[in-house]
Amino acid sequence: MATAAYPTRRGFFTRPRSTTGKWSWFFTVDHKKIGIMYCVTAFIFFIVGGLEALAIRSQLAQPNGEILNAEVYNQFFTMHGLTMIFLVVMPMGVGLMNYLVPLLIGARDVAFPRLNAFSYWVFLFGGIFLYSSFFLGGAPDGGWFGYAPLNETLPGHGMTFYALGLQILGVASLAGAVNFIITIINMRAPGMTLLRMPVFVWMTLVTAFLLLFAMPIIAVALFELMFDRAFQATFFDPTQGGDPLLWQHLFWLFGHPEVYIMILPAMGIVSDVLPTFSGKPIFGYNAIVFAGAAIGFMGWGVWAHHMFTTGLGPVANSAFALSTMFIAVPTGVKIFNWIGTMWGGSLRFTTPMLFSIGFIAMFIIGGLSGVTHSIAPHDAQQQDTYYVVAHFHYVLFGGAIFGLFSGFYYWWPKAFGKLLSEKLGKVHFWLMFLGFNLTFGPFHVLGLNGMPRRIYTYVEGMGWDFMNLLSTIGAFVIALSALVFIANVVITRRRGEEAGADPWDARTLEWSTTSPPPEYNFEEIPIVRHRDDFWHRKYIETPEGEPARVLAGGAVATHEHEAGHGIHMPSPSYFPIVAATGLPLLGYGVIYFNSTGKALLVLGALVTMMGLFGWVLEPGAEERV
Amino acid sequence: MSARAADDRSTEVVLPHHTSGTRAFGWWGMLGLIATEATLFGALISSYFYLRFTSGSVVWPPGDIPKPSLTLPLIMTAILWSSSIPVHLADSGIKKGKQGRLKVGLLLGFILGATFLAIQIAVEYPETLHEFSPSTNVYGSLFYGLTGLHGAHVAVGLLFSLWTQVRAWRGHFDERRHVTVQNFAMYWHFVDAVWAGVLFTIYLSPHF
Ligand code: HEM
Ligand SMILES: [Cu+2]
Repeated sequence: MATAAYPTRRGFFTRPRSTTGKWSWFFTVDHKKIGIMYCVTAFIFFIVGGLEALAIRSQLAQPNGEILNAEVYNQFFTMHGLTMIFLVVMPMGVGLMNYLVPLLIGARDVAFPRLNAFSYWVFLFGGIFLYSSFFLGGAPDGGWFGYAPLNETLPGHGMTFYALGLQILGVASLAGAVNFIITIINMRAPGMTLLRMPVFVWMTLVTAFLLLFAMPIIAVALFELMFDRAFQATFFDPTQGGDPLLWQHLFWLFGHPEVYIMILPAMGIVSDVLPTFSGKPIFGYNAIVFAGAAIGFMGWGVWAHHMFTTGLGPVANSAFALSTMFIAVPTGVKIFNWIGTMWGGSLRFTTPMLFSIGFIAMFIIGGLSGVTHSIAPHDAQQQDTYYVVAHFHYVLFGGAIFGLFSGFYYWWPKAFGKLLSEKLGKVHFWLMFLGFNLTFGPFHVLGLNGMPRRIYTYVEGMGWDFMNLLSTIGAFVIALSALVFIANVVITRRRGEEAGADPWDARTLEWSTTSPPPEYNFEEIPIVRHRDDFWHRKYIETPEGEPARVLAGGAVATHEHEAGHGIHMPSPSYFPIVAATGLPLLGYGVIYFNSTGKALLVLGALVTMMGLFGWVLEPGAEERV
Repeated sequence: MSARAADDRSTEVVLPHHTSGTRAFGWWGMLGLIATEATLFGALISSYFYLRFTSGSVVWPPGDIPKPSLTLPLIMTAILWSSSIPVHLADSGIKKGKQGRLKVGLLLGFILGATFLAIQIAVEYPETLHEFSPSTNVYGSLFYGLTGLHGAHVAVGLLFSLWTQVRAWRGHFDERRHVTVQNFAMYWHFVDAVWAGVLFTIYLSPHF
């Protein structure tokens, strides 16, 4: 125990010790707890964003709706988009990465456990900061991509909250990205070569690299916006030599990689769920990994397909149309791989499997409408209509969210030791699947019939009434499906079926340890000899090429004995949450840049500095000089 | 922290929990930070040229702002870049266990960096603010945005240096344990290197 004998540095406080009880959640550095906190928080935001969507759909259910006025409507669709992207899909993905990556690569934690806690708290406080705007004069109302010059001319503090809130959330993403890259590069168990890593780990790696280079680009855009709004700079003000199009370039240079940041984790989940329930290894592992990496590179070269109608000229438009059509190729490769994985397998239609299949089907539809956008003249018709809204909901909801729910059902028993009810799970899936298509399918038609996005009402006689009504009904069906999920969780907590270590007869390492895993994950660090190593410990191949179970069932951990004593894990820490607290204070300081605001700036800087100071001086548990 | 391997080969495996040397986690972390920071400066510098060439103004800087003078920036450059030398000596010194070189090198680097920042805040900005501010026009926004962001990085570097120095005086580093020094040096060299981009963009490019 080398670390225990290293008490040379003293902090201000001794580190908190307890790893159970309510307070342990505040100071934990355990990647599993942090992963759970990420997912729970993101799910709460999912409900909030969903309620906003219900309000929007209620308003649009009929012509001349009177439920929301224009101002509130603008705030709602903006916050709905921001919430779903930055507070739901991204953090849900990060939550699963947190929980799973160390388990999947046979490690005991991430490379920087405290940084990991820090990134969770920054995410939470950033989300609260953004939402506090509702009580401080109005939320952001310029759309999730906040185009200039509207983002500067909108009155109130809303878009300043946008500039600072997203900046804070970016800090969280960056800290997470660095952490995952280093964890995956450095902490794989012996024998876990790169090409033996589960696909989810690969997709995490690509996502983390995308974050590493995409977040600073939006950081610059937000930095410029903040200076324009709070300090009268002129970056986007054309009367002073600025250029609103600069915002679009920077935003989409971040924004397109961002859509892959949202979808790649889901693609990783599906790539691990399908093999388990098809009883076959993933079809074309190398191709699927390579396609993921290719998307990671090509994703940087397509941003101007969001700008076809801004007058970039025919050369640029053609170039970006081509690059966009090309990026559909690696995406298609993956789809064929998933189908190939199921082909000829012995399929088990469990809930996670249903969500994965739903993902593939919906993502194909969304991907195809995406390809229709890539045809520049075609896109000129679709731009800013409900057709685009249909497209990105098919990839984001039908894709990312279905994939994430597949992951929740799949790994729930690992995290909590109990299986979610399959019966309710299937009800959840079918309601969500039907509701989803009922809501977003009609958008295609509405968009092609010319209904613009972001209008708070419409008059009758446009031929949009019926489709809008259908869509609103669908939205309530989705809401019902979410209630079924919540009921499932509650019931499972009370009387769920015990899962055991390996309820799905799965293939990857996380299933070789107990459910839930001990704090240190693995009593003995696994030695990896194959891709899907756990499967190979359970099965050998008969001469006919059929799998046969290894009789000595020693592969699955049982943990009845007092194991794991003497495995040193980093202690909890007070400082990540302290350091994170300073950031929203800094944000309010910039927004209210009067004497109170300046005091807040000083306070925020002090709190963050104190936090970091305590952090680096803390008796070392994971950092030794 | 070793665990017996799961099978009869009983290989001794060490949990990858702490490492040191060039592949310490801290080193990787710093590399990640530098990559993302470099992108940050890259995006801001791209903004500069984008706005310059779309502003439609034939003269740059636009308005009646004079072209940036070169004397002061070149002096500042000399000061900032020379600060990398003592920092490098400190870093390479401690790898051989030379405590004195570590302390003196860090201190010298700190003084040079602080001088740079002091000149920027106390000499350069008062002069330029006389002529234009961030809200004068887009040139002003770019000028203060880019130089200010770099200045903030120098300030963070100085804090980082301070902390490293305190620990150096407390004797926390030796030839084997010096990840913090190494990380500080990496960060400092990065801030110096990025200055090349700032120098070229802000001070040199308006002259051609
Ligand atoms: C098959 C791959 C894809 C292609 C070819 C594609 C293409 C496009 C194009 C051309 C647009 C611009 C539409 C316009 O504004 O005129 C667009 C918009 C959008 N896409 Fe995709 N896309 C793809 C995948 C994705 C994925 C995976 C996501 C997210 C997970 C996504 C999310 C979005 C969003 C949010 C917008 C809306 C932008 C706005 O507000 O206007 N796309 N896509
Ligand atoms: Cu795009």
